[in-house]
Amino acid sequence: MNNPLRSKRSQADRPESSQTPSQWWVWRSRHLSLRFDRRVPQVLMGVLLVTLATMIWSISQGEYPVPPLAVVRTILGLPTDNPNYIFVVNTLRLPRTLVAWGVGVALAMAGTLTQGITRNPLAAPDIIGINAGAALAAVSLIVVFPSVPISLLPVAAFGGALSVAMLIYGVAWHGGSSPVRLILIGIGFSLIASALTELMLTFGDINDVSQALVWLAGSVYGRSWAQVLAFFPWLGLFGLCSLRLSRELNALQLGDDLALGLGSQLEWQRGGLLLCSVALAGSAVATAGNIGFVGLMAPHMARQLVGPSHAGLLPTAALIGGLVVVAADLIGRLLFAPIELPCGIITAVIGAPYFLYLLIRSRR
Amino acid sequence: MALAAHDLALAYEGKPIIEGLNLAIPAGKITVLVGPNGCGKSTLLKGLGRLLKPKQGTVYLDGSSIFKLPTKLVAQQLGLLPQGPTAPEGLTVTELIAQGRYPYQSWLQQWSEEDEKKVNAALEITSLTSFAHRPIDSLSGGQRQRAWIAMTLAQDTPVLLLDEPTTFLDLAHQIEVLDLLYDLNQQEGRTIIMVLHELNQAGRYGDRMIAMKAGKVYAQGSPREVMTEPLVKDIFGLDCRVVEDPVSGTPLCIPMGRKSDR
Repeated sequence: MNNPLRSKRSQADRPESSQTPSQWWVWRSRHLSLRFDRRVPQVLMGVLLVTLATMIWSISQGEYPVPPLAVVRTILGLPTDNPNYIFVVNTLRLPRTLVAWGVGVALAMAGTLTQGITRNPLAAPDIIGINAGAALAAVSLIVVFPSVPISLLPVAAFGGALSVAMLIYGVAWHGGSSPVRLILIGIGFSLIASALTELMLTFGDINDVSQALVWLAGSVYGRSWAQVLAFFPWLGLFGLCSLRLSRELNALQLGDDLALGLGSQLEWQRGGLLLCSVALAGSAVATAGNIGFVGLMAPHMARQLVGPSHAGLLPTAALIGGLVVVAADLIGRLLFAPIELPCGIITAVIGAPYFLYLLIRSRR
Repeated sequence: MALAAHDLALAYEGKPIIEGLNLAIPAGKITVLVGPNGCGKSTLLKGLGRLLKPKQGTVYLDGSSIFKLPTKLVAQQLGLLPQGPTAPEGLTVTELIAQGRYPYQSWLQQWSEEDEKKVNAALEITSLTSFAHRPIDSLSGGQRQRAWIAMTLAQDTPVLLLDEPTTFLDLAHQIEVLDLLYDLNQQEGRTIIMVLHELNQAGRYGDRMIAMKAGKVYAQGSPREVMTEPLVKDIFGLDCRVVEDPVSGTPLCIPMGRKSDR
């Protein structure tokens, strides 16, 4: 066939002048083949270095300053000229920073997963009600049963997150869960949970309420090795599961019909991913309260750096989330020292405008 | 027969759309589904592609029930492009096309040489090689649709199901996409089953035409047999003349409309 159409097409299709030969970094052996976006290794390395530097800086700051080099030596178990450093660095400040990092990683991964599952760039665990459920459960515990030991707080928070997620999924599952339905139901539950939390705060005893408010703001103040040991196994387990399932997210992102057509086990995979997301978000909220907007922001920043393919996106978002919370904790301590601001307030101050920016951009 | 439906009953969101439908789709041909809005042609396509679980009956792919086969195995036989697909923001053409290799991949084998070869071939056939690293959202409508078709080509299936592959495209791009599908059928012998809105394009590009009305197959056969004045009146409620297309010799439907007197 002849082709006026074809020649017209080649005119309209004029490519950009500069093309990279390959955007992927490929690794193949007999039993294994992988590919990543080329930018991923550099970005991961860069973010990790900045995070380490920020952690060291963060540990060196405080009422009892420790020089950065002494921080490194103390952590590595090398001798320093001041024997107090061991207690200040290893017992007081290192676990706090590690908790901040872990919480950031967990929130960012949970956000990346929910954004992927729902195909909605604005969907983070705090938006689909998972964090609100965790907060409601914890506040209820503080206000209704003030005598219950505070160590039960994390358990309650995790239970709250899980039950909201199961409610959302149970209702949205009906007739095959569509992304829009999932999001709407999640926002509904989020509003209900927040309203109930407000109600608790209004009617609660003033002392209990002030305690609840501190926890609600999200803080890593006073976190010790006990929290690190309780939280990191969750992070490790569900973090690895998420990385394992990240490939499925790429297929899910194309829409239910296409994912099914490509042969994905849609409901199982979505269920597994949602469970990972809930476990990560719930355990993070349980450990440090509601540190908002990290789950929303980190995936977007990562997408700017390495693109939307999840094999690279998920680890990148995770490391960025860790960095954001570590930095927020540091800023919260430096800004009005010696008064400490909870890092949840810092992330909200940065995150809320960012959310608005995303909202305005998505309307275009 | 590439695909066959036996006593098929399909419901969409609890509402029965199709009941007791029997159908056989010949291999190596282009089969076109036509009919008015809501007649169940998209539902049927979804049923044939195992996206909808039937209330009753089944679909046979090369003789075996499609719901009994492992879904990844089906995905190696049958590619599917739904109507108006959307890609995540920033996804590049190659990344999208590479998704077509999903049914061949596992956790350990995520990017084999075969995958790479098929993706490059799909880029080539759809003339998208020079756009390989451009984000999907920066392409024109026709290029975008070609990228989605390229994804189903990378899937490397003998059977392709497409739901209105030309919607939202201007006329030139509609023909461009149909020509591409025609080439695939002619050169590679792929079986193509598609829903088309435009009756005249269906008449030209289809080897076989299936006309549907109210969830039932109303008529099937070659476009010349199916696309007649009484049929168009019956299923679309439209008075028309059917003449011979001066370019291809296939039937051409010209609606009467109110403004039809010379």
